[in-house]
Amino acid sequence: MEIPDTKTNEKEDTRNVRKISGALAVIEALVAEEADVIFGLPGGANLAIYDALFDYEQQLKHILVRHEQGGIHAAQGYARTSGKVGVVFATSGPGATNLLTGIADAMIDSTPVVCITGQVFAHLLGSDAFQETDIVNMSMPVTKWNYQITNAEEIPSVLAKAFYIARSGRPGPVLIDITKNAQLQEFDYRGYEKCHHIRSYRPRPIVREQYIQQAADLINTAKKPLIVWGQGVILGGAENEFKTFLEKSGIPGAWTLLGAGAIPSDHALNVGMLGMHGNYAPNVLTNECDLLIAIGMRFDDRVTGRLDRYAKQAKVIHLDIDPAEIDKNVKATVPVWGDCKETLPLLTSLIDKREHKEWLRQFHALYKEEFETVIYPELNPVSGEVTMGEVIRILNECTKGDAVIVSDVGQNQMTASRYAKLNHTRSKVTSGGLGTMGFALPAAIGAKYGAPERTVVVIAGDGGFQMNIQELGTIMQNSLDVKIIILNNRFLGMVRQWQELFNDRRYSFSDMENPDFVAVAAAYGISGRCVSERSELDGAIKDMFNNKGPYLLEVMVGKENNVFPMVPQGAGISEIRLR
Amino acid sequence: MIKQDSPRKEYNLTIYTENNVGLLSRICLIFTRRQINVESLNASPSEVEGIHRFNILIYETVQGMSKLARHLEKLTEVLKVYYHTNENVIWQELAMYKVATNVIEEHVDVERLLRRYGARTVAIRKEYTVFEVSGQRGETDELTSVLQPYGLIEFVRSARLAIIKDSEGFNRKLREFDGIV
Ligand SMILES: Cc1ncc(C[n+]2csc(CCOP(=O)(O)OP(=O)(O)O)c2C)c(N)n1
Repeated sequence: MEIPDTKTNEKEDTRNVRKISGALAVIEALVAEEADVIFGLPGGANLAIYDALFDYEQQLKHILVRHEQGGIHAAQGYARTSGKVGVVFATSGPGATNLLTGIADAMIDSTPVVCITGQVFAHLLGSDAFQETDIVNMSMPVTKWNYQITNAEEIPSVLAKAFYIARSGRPGPVLIDITKNAQLQEFDYRGYEKCHHIRSYRPRPIVREQYIQQAADLINTAKKPLIVWGQGVILGGAENEFKTFLEKSGIPGAWTLLGAGAIPSDHALNVGMLGMHGNYAPNVLTNECDLLIAIGMRFDDRVTGRLDRYAKQAKVIHLDIDPAEIDKNVKATVPVWGDCKETLPLLTSLIDKREHKEWLRQFHALYKEEFETVIYPELNPVSGEVTMGEVIRILNECTKGDAVIVSDVGQNQMTASRYAKLNHTRSKVTSGGLGTMGFALPAAIGAKYGAPERTVVVIAGDGGFQMNIQELGTIMQNSLDVKIIILNNRFLGMVRQWQELFNDRRYSFSDMENPDFVAVAAAYGISGRCVSERSELDGAIKDMFNNKGPYLLEVMVGKENNVFPMVPQGAGISEIRLR
Repeated sequence: MIKQDSPRKEYNLTIYTENNVGLLSRICLIFTRRQINVESLNASPSEVEGIHRFNILIYETVQGMSKLARHLEKLTEVLKVYYHTNENVIWQELAMYKVATNVIEEHVDVERLLRRYGARTVAIRKEYTVFEVSGQRGETDELTSVLQPYGLIEFVRSARLAIIKDSEGFNRKLREFDGIV
């Protein structure tokens, strides 16, 4: 270990010490962490932070949202397209509690976000002071880490820890609650030092070579192997390593909702989406493969269906950075702990170059069946009401697969995920684990700041769109070029689908009377149009893209269309229904 | 869920943590979320300065224990989680009993009883006497039930403390975590 020369250190220290406020230290931390965009909304308890921010227009962009939930979803969208840590500011009490849905969403979807909440003066804590809520305890189960600062001296080191924890290992949300006195307090600031190590926190498990070898042996002898990948590939920035592995192994690969786009949609070994509304072939053949190679995915119940009927015949290799995921839902024959950016190349070097022609043919045969019964009629209907699928098909023709697609939750989400063509990674933003309606519109705002050069398209249902509709104001104020498509079926569509299939069409409180969405957009100064005729659809979508700036396109789609295939809840995945 | 195919057993959890505010809540939240009842819980310093040690007693299956341990280790302030069945630890609990002093004076057999259980007198007042016994659950339970007929005024038992038989302590492990080893 290097022994620091205390004498020179002391000298340097006094030269570098500045008296600054806690609030300013927060801003300095954000500059040092290169958090170039912050989403937030001020209030009494974070006023000092906002005051300090006022002088930093050059270094930090702040986007005023209309609701704190919008703020955190925007921070999530930013993190998802940029790969950086999203930052959100909120005041105490209701400001902080408004973040909770987004925090839970970021937790379950492993999204790196740092939330900075204001809190009442430390001497008022526990006294039911105005706008005091115990946000630290409330957010404990849905944060990767949280902390309350009551003394300004802690601000630099705690924020450094916050950013480090949020982005490292399996990423997640961190909440830092700062009391008002700490924001106002002047203290001796010695500069900001990024955090790279916390002794009680080991974000990267040590890779065990013997498991890599065992995994490679299984892969080299497998006859019908199947890869199932998740967001871990994207979070690990391991898209290239994954592609090399996939191509050398010649193994078909299927993706979870959040894994979409890690490999382009049209890659020859990409056999589609897994799970409840996923593709027919990967679901059916999961129960026929002899080896399942899970990469950065967590065997969510929407992916596995009934666990006791999931891939029982197969050996399982599970690559994950989070040791708690190994054996959590599906027992791993070979656990490969570690960052897949590290483990995949090790594995690739040990496997044989192979092709699995016969096995791939089985996927193609089942795809053909799905294509004929489900996909073709959904994407190319000739009569009847407009379908969600044909909207996505035309969208693909316009974007060529280069856009970022931000979908909400429900039928619109499943249709967009199934059919949107994705050429690039970090192109599909949606709320996966939590299924948060209202996510898409604010997340798209963040997605646009995270990837300003890219086209960002929102796909939302008429229900979910209204859950954060106020963020049209944020889009207006920033003239943000986000294209919005509302797939309007005048129902809480996915709920209605379940009621149709499982509750004898008893549509209990799932039908909706909606506002004139185009008029709402117009009130925000956003251009828009509503179409209900197939003949107008193509032109309307092209117009949307030709229009500079934000645009809202409302498409009236069939009221009672269903998303298929579907694995009924509680069924095994190979019981997937095509209709 | 994976089939819970093994029976629930008594497990002694030993959790080494940083000494931070709120850690107890974080740990308890995981038990609540997994619907695990905590039989006893003790927080204390450990053999390493500045490192806290939790001793927690629960009933779980082997599979449940390994998932629980990994879940607990996800907490950023938890250093390490160990779990052991009773055979692999030396364990003790401390029990305290308050009995009316005249009862002891009048009944020789009570005094004999206390001696037999290795009770140590902690306080003698005119009205009451307080004894302390440290031992295993069965012994302290037994003493409680034999004292009951004589009018046991108060009884309290501490959480279980357990020392791991096959452990070299946490000093070395900590140096590993510090990146020194
Ligand atoms: C905040 C929230 N509340 C309730 C639900 C339950 N839910 C799941 S899908 C759905 C219907 C969504 O309807 P809509 O937004 O119109 O989309 P569609 O399914 O019609 O495409 C509902 C209510 C949810 N996912 N999130």
